[in-house]
Amino acid sequence: MSRALLVLPLLLFLGLAGWFALGLTRDPSVLPSNMIDKPAPAFDLPPIADSLPGLKSSDLKGQAQLVNIFASWCAPCRVEHPVLMRLAGELKVPLVGIAYKDKPEATRAFLDQLGNPFTAVGQDRDGRVGIDFGVYGVPETYVVDREGRIRYRHVGPLMPADVEEKILPLMRELSK
Amino acid sequence: MKLTRRIAALALAGLLSAPALAVLPNEKLADPAMEARAREISKELRCLVCQNQSIDDSNAELARDLRVLVRERLVAGDSDEQVLAYVHDRYGDFVLLRPPVTGYTAALWFGPALVLLLAGTGTAVYMRNRRRDAEAAPATSRLTPEEEARLQALLAAQDGTGSGEGKRA
Repeated sequence: MSRALLVLPLLLFLGLAGWFALGLTRDPSVLPSNMIDKPAPAFDLPPIADSLPGLKSSDLKGQAQLVNIFASWCAPCRVEHPVLMRLAGELKVPLVGIAYKDKPEATRAFLDQLGNPFTAVGQDRDGRVGIDFGVYGVPETYVVDREGRIRYRHVGPLMPADVEEKILPLMRELSK
Repeated sequence: MKLTRRIAALALAGLLSAPALAVLPNEKLADPAMEARAREISKELRCLVCQNQSIDDSNAELARDLRVLVRERLVAGDSDEQVLAYVHDRYGDFVLLRPPVTGYTAALWFGPALVLLLAGTGTAVYMRNRRRDAEAAPATSRLTPEEEARLQALLAAQDGTGSGEGKRA
């Protein structure tokens, strides 16, 4: 009895230390989304150019797709852009964009320079739709199922490993 | 004279602006009561960019947007709870600097008290055991009559040698 009590503090300490060590491996800037499994917010955003349609919430229904929230002023968005180009091109994943707090001419220049992976881009000048999505920094990428529900959020630039490990398996499952 | 007055004016401006460094004048509401409510709500909301500041303290762009949003909701007639719920719906528990008590946050709320209770109980048990052992010890280690007689003999022998030391009671 008393022998067991003696080792209890040690066990508690080891348990806590293990738990904290696990916590150290996680990126504290990546926060859980409160929108998972909820319908995407209602919105209707104007286009950035005549040649490219704008985006509204009803466009998110019908097929599983990715919604990428980006801005021309955002450096990590440039980093992830080749990944988006590959997703839309070679991998044929439906991809739409929301230009977050960006001037339409700046967004156009950004896409002209780097290529346009999006079938539609809505301009969210005041960032309100971003807030409705729970965006706290660009870029963020959402996986939306065919009922228009948010199923997954990726914070920060999409890297090839994220696409292979998270995005593609989930898209395959949602497109069944 | 003119200079001191100017310094006084500058100092006054500095003092007045100190508590409102992050909140810009153009964000403020005309109605002071509503502005006060907005400030109180803003202090409850975490800035998700800096994470250790409230949106009332933070200069981050998103914090500004949320401050403006809070004021808009208030003007639209929301209660304080409705405004907090609006932001909470979108950003989850993390956005609240005082997260609600749920299964997930229970460790956060009750963990420290639990640790104190455990440590306190452990210490109390340990102290009680030690006192009990101390009281019990003389009874078990008391000398038998033969040992006592031998001890006295040894002490007497030592006194006899006249070493001068070791005169114990």
